[in-house]
Amino acid sequence: MRIFAGLSLLAALPAAAAPPPGASSCAGCHGGGGMPALAGQPVEAIAGAMLAYKAGQGSPTVMDRIARGFSEEEIRAIAAWVAAPR
Amino acid sequence: MRRRALLGAALLAAPALAQAAPKVVVIGGGFGGATAARALHRLGVSVTLVERDATYLSCPFSNAVIAGLREMEAQRFGYDGLRREGIAVVVQAARTVEERRVVLADGATLPFDRLVMAPGIALHPDAIPGLDTEAMPHAWRAGPQTLLLRRQLEAMEDGGLVVLSAPANPYRCPPGPYERASLIAHYLKTHKPRSKLILLDAKDAFSKQRLFEEAWAALYPGLLEWVPLSSGGKVVEVDAAARVVRTEFGEHQAAVANIIPPQSAGRIAQAAGLTDRSGWCAVDPVSFESRLRPGIHLIGDAIIAGAMPKSAFAANAQARVCAEAVAALLRGEAPAPPKLINTCYSLLEPGYGISIAGVYQPKDGLLADVPGAGGVSKPGAPTAVRAAEAGYAEDWFRTVTADAFG
Repeated sequence: MRIFAGLSLLAALPAAAAPPPGASSCAGCHGGGGMPALAGQPVEAIAGAMLAYKAGQGSPTVMDRIARGFSEEEIRAIAAWVAAPR
Repeated sequence: MRRRALLGAALLAAPALAQAAPKVVVIGGGFGGATAARALHRLGVSVTLVERDATYLSCPFSNAVIAGLREMEAQRFGYDGLRREGIAVVVQAARTVEERRVVLADGATLPFDRLVMAPGIALHPDAIPGLDTEAMPHAWRAGPQTLLLRRQLEAMEDGGLVVLSAPANPYRCPPGPYERASLIAHYLKTHKPRSKLILLDAKDAFSKQRLFEEAWAALYPGLLEWVPLSSGGKVVEVDAAARVVRTEFGEHQAAVANIIPPQSAGRIAQAAGLTDRSGWCAVDPVSFESRLRPGIHLIGDAIIAGAMPKSAFAANAQARVCAEAVAALLRGEAPAPPKLINTCYSLLEPGYGISIAGVYQPKDGLLADVPGAGGVSKPGAPTAVRAAEAGYAEDWFRTVTADAFG
């Protein structure tokens, strides 16, 4: 019985594009409360800023400390996900 | 009763039932629980949020309320935003969690396919002999205690001694006692300048210590004194009526005493058998599923999260990762290993903010720091940077409360 119930749950819930590692945390700050909102911004601009902060460029207060926690590949995936309108 | 009738009908209408959205119950409507409820709802899950109180009072920024810099109503958030989106909100305490159903205070039950719990903390004033929290408020959960401490400070005569005590790790909001000491010192400096504050600490090191000490030396010299464990910082007993605080090394006659007691996971987590011998909840760092009861996920201050601190930012980030994991499990998929971010701002006086940040990933069954990432604001930074971070703290608060409560 439980197995069939499990299958029915699976059928009822469509799979959406899951956020790449780290991406879902961004909305804690970047949601329109004052800091730049990210949805709708160019992917390259977000990825470029994060990669610059990771490399020690610019004068961020906190984003350098956060960007260093991600690889370039992860940063590009995060940028693509947060830039998408939702 | 109603559930039983539904099950009877289901025998005749199995295909219709098979299309029903999976049911998830969320217990706790704080930063973690409210965020989780909204994230699950967006993922197509049928969500019921169970919360004891009709409105939520935020702990972040409540230290500013104590210091008279902010009013309590700015801390209050309701659940109408969630209801408008179609999330069922049940304003009632949860009594316990049985097999695949939550038992509410009035005896009604809510069935679930998976349960998410964000139970917050329980405070243990009994651990400090003599402590009466009406005489010596903890103010570690925003509400009447916050306003009680504020009134005690307002009623204190100039020249009085304020004694604040910080607990041993782990506890909610690691930099919180030090932000509170700073803002109370600001209140004393601007309203009662002959007064003093002693911060008794049950440990020898604390979050953002170098930055706090740098600011205290500049802003509150001779006013704020930090007493670490090794210098007699551990409170062993109090006489609440006489406002005497005793440590391993001596005693302090306080005019106002704010004793922050030891803590554990919230009461419902213990009632549901989700806490281990430490009093906190062990979880899988990928799915946030309980190590003790499968099908039940835990987030926020109640969990043992490894390097990730007990903060509202962390609860909000964990809620979103947990929601994705729950949705994946309901689809019959394995959740993907996450990364999570935390950023905590502290205010040392109006317009003077500092931060600590971290990036975390599952490792050895816990959440571990990603090497090379994270850390605190730069020591010796210009005042413009401190002012910017104070502004970012307010930006974060506006964003995260809108994200959690709609």
